[in-house]
Amino acid sequence: MADLAGQGIFLGIIATGLRLATPYLLAALGEMFTQRSGIYNLGLEGVMLMGAFFGFFTTWVTGSPYLGLFVSMIAGAIMGLMMAFVSVTLKAEQGISGIGFSMLGWGLSGLFFRLYVGGITTIEGLKPWKIPVLGDIPFIGPAFFNHHFVVYLAFLLVPVSWFILFKTNWGLTVRAVGMTPQAVDTLGGNVAATRYQCIIIGSMMAGLAGATLTVANAQMFMDNITAGRGFIVVALVYFGRWSPLGILAGSLLFSMADSFQLWVQVLGIDFPYELAVILPYVATIVALAVSFGRVWAPAALGRPYERGARG
Amino acid sequence: MKSKQILVLAAALVGALLIGAIFILLAKSNPITAYSVMLSGPFSSNFGFTETLVRTTPILLVGLGIIISFRSGVLNIGGEGQLLMGAIASAAVALSFPLLPTVLLLPLVLLTGAVAGGLWGGIAGFLKAKLAVNEILSTVMLNQIAAQLYIFLMRGVLIDPQELAYGTGVPQTSLVPAGLWLSRLIEGNRLHTGFIMAVVAAILVYVLLWRTTIGFRLRAVGEGPDASRYAGINVEAYVALAMVLAGAFAGLAGTIEVLGVHHRALEDLSAGYGFSGIVAALFGRLHPLGVIPASVLFGALIVGADMMQRAVNIPAAIVLVIQGFVILFVVSSDLLMRKPELWDKLKLRLLRQSREEV
Repeated sequence: MADLAGQGIFLGIIATGLRLATPYLLAALGEMFTQRSGIYNLGLEGVMLMGAFFGFFTTWVTGSPYLGLFVSMIAGAIMGLMMAFVSVTLKAEQGISGIGFSMLGWGLSGLFFRLYVGGITTIEGLKPWKIPVLGDIPFIGPAFFNHHFVVYLAFLLVPVSWFILFKTNWGLTVRAVGMTPQAVDTLGGNVAATRYQCIIIGSMMAGLAGATLTVANAQMFMDNITAGRGFIVVALVYFGRWSPLGILAGSLLFSMADSFQLWVQVLGIDFPYELAVILPYVATIVALAVSFGRVWAPAALGRPYERGARG
Repeated sequence: MKSKQILVLAAALVGALLIGAIFILLAKSNPITAYSVMLSGPFSSNFGFTETLVRTTPILLVGLGIIISFRSGVLNIGGEGQLLMGAIASAAVALSFPLLPTVLLLPLVLLTGAVAGGLWGGIAGFLKAKLAVNEILSTVMLNQIAAQLYIFLMRGVLIDPQELAYGTGVPQTSLVPAGLWLSRLIEGNRLHTGFIMAVVAAILVYVLLWRTTIGFRLRAVGEGPDASRYAGINVEAYVALAMVLAGAFAGLAGTIEVLGVHHRALEDLSAGYGFSGIVAALFGRLHPLGVIPASVLFGALIVGADMMQRAVNIPAAIVLVIQGFVILFVVSSDLLMRKPELWDKLKLRLLRQSREEV
C-alpha cells in the first residue's frame, strides 16, 4: 500500500510538472525565435502578465476559456508590436526597454484588474481533455494523457518549431538575420520585417503562456501572478542553447522544481514555504552560471541593425 | 545639447502622462481633475511636500547605485532585492546589540545595510565577471529570492515576539532601539535626516565618478571594455566593484527606510523603490546631480497617485504604467540623441509646419 502511495505521489509530481512546464515551454519556444532573429525580449514578463489578465478577463466575461486564450494572444501581439517598434525601428537598448515593458505590463494588468474586476474572483477555466484509450492506462494515463489542451499543444510545438526553424526558408532567414544581418540585407532580405515577425510571434506565445497560468492552472488572476517567470523564460532560452529540444529539457527541469515545491506543501512536509518557492530562481541562476561562456549565441543578439555600420 | 536633453525628457514625461490620461478616461474619470490632484497635491501642502521628500530618499539612493552600475556598463535591475537585504540585515544588527551606545550602533547599522546590499549585488557582479552570467537575469532572480528570504526571516527568527504573543503573526520585526531613529526634520511630519544623507551621497557619487581614478576606470569600463582592458584596467574587477557599490547604495536605502520611516523591518517596506530608482536614474540622464530632481519628481508621482486614488478612485497602479512609458520614451529617444541629422530633420519639419500654420 505504501508502495502504491509512493508511486501515486511520483506520478502526481510528473503530472503537475507537465502542467507547469506548459507556460515555460510556450513562452520559451516563442522567445527562441525572437532571440534567433537577434533581439532579446526582456519585456516578456509584462507580455505574460497582459496575456494572463486578458485570458482571465475574457473567460470571466464570456465564460469561454478558449476565447480567453485567443484574446491573450492578441494582447501579446499588441505588446510585441510595441516592443518591435521600440527595439527594431527606434533601435533602443533592449535590456532597459524590456524592463520598461515589464513595468508597463505589471502596471497595466494591475490597473485593469482593479478597474474592471475589483477583487479576487475565480473562473471556470479550461477542463482537462482525457485522451481515449491512452488516458485509461493505470497510473501512466492520468499522469501523461489527462491534461488541458494547451499542454498537448505546447509539447506538439516542440517538433513543429524545430521543423520551422531548421527546415523552412523562413527559419533559415530568421537564423541568418540573427547571425549576419548585413548579409541578409545585402541579398535583398528584409531584416526589420523578419525581426518584427519574430518578436510578434514570440509575444503572442508569451501571451498564451500567461493565459495558461490564469485560465488553465490558477483559474484566477492576481497581481504579478507570473512572479518572474517571464525572466526565467529568457534565461531558459540561453540555457536551452536556442534549440527546441534544449528548451524542452530546460522547461521540464524548471517545472519539476516547481512541482516538487508544490507537492512538498501538499504533503505537509515541514519545509519553510518561502525557501521552497525560491527553488526555481536558484535553479535559474545555477543554470545560467553553468551554461554561459561556452555556448554559441546568435552573433547579432542584442544589437540593433544599422545599415552601413560595421558589424 | 543641454536644452535638447531637457526638451526630450519633458516630451517623454508629457507623453507618458498623456497616455496615462487615456487610462483615466477608461476608468470613466476626468483626466484633468485627476491630474490636477496628482500633480498639485504633492506641492500644495506641507504634508504633501514632506511626504514627497520621504519617498524621494530611497528612490534617490537606489538611483545613485543604478548610475554607478549603468555607467560601468552593468545593467543592474536588482535594486529591489538589494534594498530588502540591506533593510533586514540592519534591522537584525540593530535588534541584536540594543546595549551598544548609539554613537557606535548607528554607524554599525548603516554599515551593515550597505554591506548586506553590496554582498547581494556582488553575487550578480561576481557571476558576471567570472562566469559571464547576464546581470539583468541574475539580478531579477536575486530580487525574487531576496523577497522570499526577507519574509522568511521576518516570519521566523526575527519576528516581533509580540506578534507571537498575540497570535497575529504579522511578519515584521520588533521596533529598533529608539536611539537609532533618524530625527525628524519638521515636527509632525515623517521627513527625516535620511533625506539629507541621500543628497550628500549624490554629491559623493559625483566626486567618485568624475574626480577619482576608480570612478574614471568604472566609466572607462562602461564606455569601452576592450579599450579599457588594452589600457591595463582589470575589467572584471571593476564590473564586480560596480555591482557591489550599486548594491551598497540600495542596501543603505533599505536601512534608512527602517531607521527613518518605519523603525522596523516590515512587509511592503519597499513600494517598488528598486524600480523607481531605475526610472529616476535614466530620467536624470545617469548623472548624480540630475537624479536628485528626477527622484523628487518620481517621489511626487507616488504621493500624488495616492492622493488621486483617494480623491477620484483611480488605482495607484497607474504610476507603474506612467513609469514604464517614461522608460520606453527615454530609451527610444536615444536614437534622436545619437543621430544629430535626425534631430535637424525633425526640427525642419516642425518649423515648416509652424510656418504653414502661420
